[in-house]
Amino acid sequence: MLIYWTHIGPTIVTAFLASLVECVEALTVVLAVGVVRGWRGALMGSGAATLALLCLIAVLGSALTRIPLGVVQLAVGTLLLLFGMRWLRKAILRAAGIVAMHDETAIYTQQEGVLRQTGSSVGIWDKVAFATAFKITMLEGIEVVFIVIALGAGDPGLLLPASFGALVALVVVVILGIAVHRPLSRIPENTLKFMVGVLLSGFGTFWVGEGLGFVWPGRDWSILALIASFLVVAAITVSACRRRAISASQIL
Amino acid sequence: MKWLKSIFREIVGLFVDDGTFAIAILVWLAMLRLALPHLPIPAVWDGVILFAGLVAILIESTLRRTRQR
Repeated sequence: MLIYWTHIGPTIVTAFLASLVECVEALTVVLAVGVVRGWRGALMGSGAATLALLCLIAVLGSALTRIPLGVVQLAVGTLLLLFGMRWLRKAILRAAGIVAMHDETAIYTQQEGVLRQTGSSVGIWDKVAFATAFKITMLEGIEVVFIVIALGAGDPGLLLPASFGALVALVVVVILGIAVHRPLSRIPENTLKFMVGVLLSGFGTFWVGEGLGFVWPGRDWSILALIASFLVVAAITVSACRRRAISASQIL
Repeated sequence: MKWLKSIFREIVGLFVDDGTFAIAILVWLAMLRLALPHLPIPAVWDGVILFAGLVAILIESTLRRTRQR
């Protein structure tokens, strides 16, 4: 099946941006673990979680190839819609000032405090450091795995571009983390989440439509049209929420 | 086991934040799957109808959350 750049381009960009957000969030906690409890436990926990995630990809990837494409498109599209529209909803509410912004520095400080309160490690094996690093890498990594598989599930040829986007994001975050040795709070995470929400909602709508047997006008170009439409709607909704919040506060 | 439970809870949380919002999306998709084939609407409009419903759900949910603040 011929895959056009209109499909591959947004797939790489979406996987890259979504994975960038997740990797930044994981890095914040792993950094806190490394600084407070030592790097051995932090790196071992992250490494073990990464291995578990690779096993998950192998199992899910081979399982998906045995399911009919239409079923995969509908199931994955539905999950992608739930996931993407949840992100977009939250990003709209954050941009409108209804929900507090995500702050990596605050999360780092809080995590550092929690880790300092737990007792010091006994022997060379720091269970707290290992478990904390394992858990955060697993949680954020599962989101990355889901995004890559969901973006690639609609067409087998898209799994590689989606994986490439995610891998580049991981490398970028690891390099930045080693270089700055602090939470990457300068990365505009809320704006990224807004864009990723728009992109995932566009892809989710397209895959659900494909799964339901819809005929998309312009075929793959519909993905770009859906993404652009979600972006316009989201921007209008942010203004509407802001106006409503201001008028509500004036009444009170 | 505690952290396994929390990982499971987080996985569910990936897809469901506001229960009403998630249910509305699922109901809309189910309605389209069941009803669209029986309605005299040209196939080219199917995608537009899907998108319009999702947008309506998104706008309603965000405005409702704004009101609740």
